[in-house]
Amino acid sequence: MKSEVILHINGEQRSTVIRQADTLLVVLRHLELTGAKPGCLNGDCGACTVLVNDTPIKSCMMLAIETVGQEITTIEGLHDTAIQRAFVEQFAFQCGYCTPGFVMNAYALTTQKPDADEETIRKWLESNICRCTSYQEIEQAVRSVLVQKKR
Amino acid sequence: MIGKSVIRKEAWEKVTGKAKYTLDTVSSGTLHAKLVTSPYAHARIRDIRTEKAYAAPGVRAILTGEGLPLTGEDLRDRPPIAWEKVRYHGEVVAVVVADTLMQAEQAAQLISIIYEPLRVVGSPKEALAEGAPLLHENLATYQKGKYTYPEPGTNIAHRTKIRKGSMEKGWAESDVVVEASFSFSPSDHAAMETRCATAEIRADGTVVITASTQAPFMIKRLIGEYFGEEVGKVVVHTPFVGGAYGGKAPVQLELLAYLAAKAVGGRKVSVWNTREQDMVTSPVHIGMEATIKLGATKDGKITAAEMVFLFDGGAYSDKAIDVTRAAAADCTGPYHINNVWCDSLCVYTNHPYASPFRSFGHCEQAFAIERTIDMLAEKLQMDKLAIRERNAILPGNTTPTQVMLNKSNVGNLPACIARVRELIEWDEWQRIEINSRLVRAKGVSCSWKTSTIDTDASSGAIITFNTDGSINLITGVVEIGTGTKTVLAQILAEKLKMDINDIHVKMDIDTQTTPEHWKTVASRGTFMAGRAVLSAADDAIRQLKAIAACILRVSSEDLEVGYGNVFLRDDPSVYIPIKEIAYGYKYPNGNAIGGQIIGRGHYILRHLTPLDKETGAGKPGPEWTVCSHAVEVEFDKRDYTYRIIKAVSVIDIGKVLNEKAALGQVMGAMSMGLSFASRETFFFDRYERVLNAQFRTYRPLRFGEHPEYIADFVYTPQIDAPYGSRGVGEHGLIGMPAALANALSTAAQVPLNQLPLLPELIWRTKEGWFNDSV
Repeated sequence: MKSEVILHINGEQRSTVIRQADTLLVVLRHLELTGAKPGCLNGDCGACTVLVNDTPIKSCMMLAIETVGQEITTIEGLHDTAIQRAFVEQFAFQCGYCTPGFVMNAYALTTQKPDADEETIRKWLESNICRCTSYQEIEQAVRSVLVQKKR
Repeated sequence: MIGKSVIRKEAWEKVTGKAKYTLDTVSSGTLHAKLVTSPYAHARIRDIRTEKAYAAPGVRAILTGEGLPLTGEDLRDRPPIAWEKVRYHGEVVAVVVADTLMQAEQAAQLISIIYEPLRVVGSPKEALAEGAPLLHENLATYQKGKYTYPEPGTNIAHRTKIRKGSMEKGWAESDVVVEASFSFSPSDHAAMETRCATAEIRADGTVVITASTQAPFMIKRLIGEYFGEEVGKVVVHTPFVGGAYGGKAPVQLELLAYLAAKAVGGRKVSVWNTREQDMVTSPVHIGMEATIKLGATKDGKITAAEMVFLFDGGAYSDKAIDVTRAAAADCTGPYHINNVWCDSLCVYTNHPYASPFRSFGHCEQAFAIERTIDMLAEKLQMDKLAIRERNAILPGNTTPTQVMLNKSNVGNLPACIARVRELIEWDEWQRIEINSRLVRAKGVSCSWKTSTIDTDASSGAIITFNTDGSINLITGVVEIGTGTKTVLAQILAEKLKMDINDIHVKMDIDTQTTPEHWKTVASRGTFMAGRAVLSAADDAIRQLKAIAACILRVSSEDLEVGYGNVFLRDDPSVYIPIKEIAYGYKYPNGNAIGGQIIGRGHYILRHLTPLDKETGAGKPGPEWTVCSHAVEVEFDKRDYTYRIIKAVSVIDIGKVLNEKAALGQVMGAMSMGLSFASRETFFFDRYERVLNAQFRTYRPLRFGEHPEYIADFVYTPQIDAPYGSRGVGEHGLIGMPAALANALSTAAQVPLNQLPLLPELIWRTKEGWFNDSV
């Protein structure tokens, strides 16, 4: 079964034909929004994380059809944000494959929980896997943004 | 410029999602392949029926293994698609090509295959036991490299022998002897980007491959060798690679993509691994069983080392042979031992086949050696860092393969050990009971590594100038995450005394326009490509001076290049801007001389030799980076769980080129080592099927589980390397499994000689230790 839907992505309306079984990840990538990456298609790695109504969601675990009428933000929708700058400056990426997912998750964390304590940071970020860095760099990037926000 | 934490050239591409990886480049109209894989680890294929699948919607081709050549880099033992027999769980048996991935997946389920299961071989020891089933009955007939020594009639794909000094003498000089055995199963690299490739064959016969690989130039060569394609007509593209760690050095899916494209008249076909397939179908991290026996004098001088490494190469040897050779070449660890006997075997089993894994055989052998050294120290009641200092390898000593070391080709291990002693506060305490449940303990280890790559491995670089005087830097190093391409830009900026922002780095590889870099492996990118870049810069400088000499009417010997100009050394007010000569120089009357400045350079490794078949004597690599490591744990005596509190690595890096990039390499490698050592393994059932090929059951370290990382450096320059820097991409990893095992053995007060160090293993070992059985 295919249907034509309109999705709200990064502030734009995108019209597309989808199968009802298509995950959001598949549809985003068909729309050439390839920042969200397939890593496991099982919700385990977080490389495909996007925001749906500002909540970080693993786009491999959500059907595209469920997102009709909701605000979707992908990595392509972030421009020169504090968390992106922090990832650049702290060398919080290496191969970069998990980075869009981590950035989306960390962006939501730092914008929604500016007072996040260690436990909150851990709970949010343990949903993503990074295989290159030691996580210490990502932790430093997130903390540097939280410190800025507190000021 | 050298040493600064220059922001990585591709940083903004990567934090904005714009960086393109192989799968991101798949265009609409591309056909998709689905791999049909074996549910058995060892079975005869009685029948494959594809009629129903052929009739399914969208199917364009179905490939089976019939008539395909055998492949393998050192020993051609592997059909790209299994034929007549499968030898591991997950082996490719058929490939379905269809218009969409979903159609390919649906059709794949319609292929009916009848297997006749065979007895399985589940470990190297089982493989070597009398009467074990042979994985490769035709081992004697396989085409092989000159320095590969399979043993037909057995499951041994290759044996490396190290014979140095006299064992008789070594044992006679020793006062104490320790012996222990070690083991761990295969595991996985788990790069976040699963392996993938596309291929198409153009009308003129040009084969165009795009692949997530560390070895684009090897793909080109092998497609030529295996399938008779003209090498010049094979073009390989490699965009950004989403993690590799050695797992993308072997050539596998690229062959399937090529075969699939060929089967559909050259149309572009994409082959992409699901996570589950990536873990078992594609090459894995090698397993090992080992026995180490050390003899030493009362004051801790090691006089004899006898070691047997039985590596679990899995069903096919491919790159595993090289891994087992590299482990042997550095078999003593960074210690000077006069009498050494080592056999390192690449053994066939019915496990997924092995490939390099970051550290290339070294974290594996170091685990065994460093655990044994701790046991020796305990027996001698010696300090565990002191015994390592006592035996530390130094300039003037020889390696196991009898290479004489000097002040350039080996780093300063005693300095690394001294720094680790400070950083982990070793002399303060090594084991303390915090309360009735919790114990804190520290463990240490040392490591070293050279590269053991082809003796004629080379690297090239091209720099071209733009009209604004800026430079395009083109090298064959793949950006797999290490930041090497940014470091190469720094090397060039330093050499030409110019702004790093005026160096534009070509990130992707296109083998038609990019100079060759053998493979992006072995922590040799910066050394080899760095030398090539320096040589290309010299070439450009020579050209710039020649044209400037003509315009300025001076001798080129009196000129210098830098700061965007070519100028007189003794009077910089006489100069010409590079941008005015970068595309040739035009005189006021319109006449012109010169042309675009194009610098080219290359570097080939020097004086390397293969290892002698009987003694192992030979020179495997240009230099040895040495390291010392420590890990602190908090262990819970009640439930055998633990937390890793702190991990330290001190590496003799020679010279830091980009500080944050170097620290990131070391800490990332440490993280991977601790993840492997503490939790990563494949679990096999009695039929040798992998039970945990997904991230829910194969669980790498996650955020919040990371300890505090401390990486520090010692600086002993490697004189022939760019600015004296040594290879550092893998070294943080090597000593981590050993240091963790040493820390936990101290904490639990029981020798822990298996990996991964799951609480259950500690419990079993501890119970077994006290009850004399498990």
